[in-house]
Amino acid sequence: MGELFTVNMGPQHPSTHGVLYLELVMDGEIVLSCKPHLGYLHRSIEKIAENRTYTQFIPFTDRLDYLASMNNNLGYCLAVEKLLNIAVPPRAQYLRVIMAELNRVISHLVAIGTFAQDLGAYATPLFYAFRDREKIVELFDEICGGRLTYNYIRIGGLSGDVPAGTEQVIKDFIKYERKQLVEYNELLTYNVIFLARSKKIGILTQETAINYSVTGPMLRASGVKWDIRKEEPYLVYDKFDFDIPTGTAGDAWDRFKLKLDEIEQSLRIIEQAIGAIPEGNPVSKVNRVFRGSGETYMRTENPKGELGFYLVADGGLMPYRCKIRSPSFSNLGALPELVKGLNISDAVCVLGSLDIVMGEIDR
Amino acid sequence: MMTMVLKGLSALGFIAVSAMFLIWLERKVSAWIQNRLGPMMTGFQGTLQPIADTIKLLLKEDIVPKGVDFLSWWLAPFFVTVPVVMAFLVIPFSSKWIVLDLNVGVLYICSVTSLCVLGIFMAGWGSNNKYSLLGGMRSAAQIISYEVPLLLSVLLVVMQAGTLSMQGIIHAQAHGWFILKPQLALAFLIYFISATAEVNRVPFDIPEAESELVAGYHTEYSGMKFAMFFVAEYTNMFIISAIAATLFLGGWQGPWLPGVVWFLIKAYGLIFVLMWMRWTLPRVRMDQMMSFAWKVLTPIALLNLLVGGWFMLK
Repeated sequence: MGELFTVNMGPQHPSTHGVLYLELVMDGEIVLSCKPHLGYLHRSIEKIAENRTYTQFIPFTDRLDYLASMNNNLGYCLAVEKLLNIAVPPRAQYLRVIMAELNRVISHLVAIGTFAQDLGAYATPLFYAFRDREKIVELFDEICGGRLTYNYIRIGGLSGDVPAGTEQVIKDFIKYERKQLVEYNELLTYNVIFLARSKKIGILTQETAINYSVTGPMLRASGVKWDIRKEEPYLVYDKFDFDIPTGTAGDAWDRFKLKLDEIEQSLRIIEQAIGAIPEGNPVSKVNRVFRGSGETYMRTENPKGELGFYLVADGGLMPYRCKIRSPSFSNLGALPELVKGLNISDAVCVLGSLDIVMGEIDR
Repeated sequence: MMTMVLKGLSALGFIAVSAMFLIWLERKVSAWIQNRLGPMMTGFQGTLQPIADTIKLLLKEDIVPKGVDFLSWWLAPFFVTVPVVMAFLVIPFSSKWIVLDLNVGVLYICSVTSLCVLGIFMAGWGSNNKYSLLGGMRSAAQIISYEVPLLLSVLLVVMQAGTLSMQGIIHAQAHGWFILKPQLALAFLIYFISATAEVNRVPFDIPEAESELVAGYHTEYSGMKFAMFFVAEYTNMFIISAIAATLFLGGWQGPWLPGVVWFLIKAYGLIFVLMWMRWTLPRVRMDQMMSFAWKVLTPIALLNLLVGGWFMLK
């Protein structure tokens, strides 16, 4: 064994996905131990929640997993609605499903692009993914005026109805994206170098995954069939026919492939939902301020895993406590276990395959 | 004497212009592959962009990081650039345009270009940066490993042509390019793969692996020193393509057009392939690359040399 040395990877590094700081103890190119340091993006969002009314806090949820703002809005609004027993109009329920699934698609697209970038396929897959993502981002811009932080899903419904012609845009996108998925397979999934780099790298066994409370695509890639949309259906997910894709080996390649499969499943859900949107007004007439008491926990399936909101209310205008269970935080926990003994190139590959967003790790 | 100096100066001028053109071309090719436009603001289709970049790099501060091994850190860019310039001594642009047609031209160019690794290693060692050190170590291992199959494939060409002179090899191809002979077609493939590794291009860009090592051995360089690494990298790309064009594609020979045009078409065509690969393929891992060099490429090259030599004897 040679002389050990420490590499401080991050918080500014091309492939740490934000401001993650990894302290790697290395023997030559082999990673002996890895210690993630957090806190470079801490904004104390949970504390802010205690000083805002229920409605005022919605924009802050945009800044959790900023690649999936719609899903965050949805999770929080569902939690508040559950706490205060607020009914949601049927049209809003369908539109919420469509928005959440569209956002899942574009979040996975970013994950695919950045993972390929980490493997050294410099910029091209990332640009392809962003080209596809742009179509949905522009649609969201039409709908709610935001390209990244949408603040569209509100307590009791939505901030407004979708503009005319949205259905056609989404239908065109589904047709377009199905074609693009083939291209991703040609460019990346079955590329010899790509396979050599990501197969059998960073294997996460079912047991370890469950012990670290890993959720989302990462858990499913390890072969566990677990999806909140099926286990505890919220909104109208129980009305749609879709599969839960699972991996077998739990390696980096499975985690990558699973995202492509999930995009296909999301497109299926959107296709079914778009044909069944009921007429009506998606904006319900509820107050802007609420008083509630009691406590509730609501979890939803975010693109990266289970997003949970634990709300405690004491009868005031603001929640007494808002605990956020963010998927990336738990998923990152498994990283030191996965990269032990790997080459530094493979460590970067594993980190890329986790698909973390620092916004919800450092809340 | 005077003509020699003039020839040398024109070679230097060509290096500068070629590197600038290649940097522009790389940005444009990558943009076309990625559904972008690339540089558009400076001149027609951004053609003046390299000049703007050069001015920017000239005006930048030359930062000396704390704790560098000054001598090796300072000398490294020169050690990378000088062999590149020296290699231009024997590149035959046309039947007349060659600075000096050495009778050991192939030997000379192969030995001179492999000196680059010294500079890269000095940069990695002297920078006092862990990423640079890893990059330097990787590149030393990589370049030395791929030198073996590269030279074995070049040897076959020398055996076929019966001369080490660059012009002599081109003349030997007057009745058909070497790439069209079956045993030499495989040699071309081996040469091109090894040469890609020699100049640290994707999929073998391991020494500077952006997503792992930030920028590898030149992480700590700024301003003109960085520019020297950059120029050396792009000129190296031209040199390996020029060698490939000379050894396998008949050099400046071709119908209708003047020789120099044919030579440049062949060389830049191969460079385009290198760029195409860079913007399409992911990167291989260090150990995969090494085992590919020693367990696959070198045995095939040796076998190819043996079989090809046997056919030549018959």
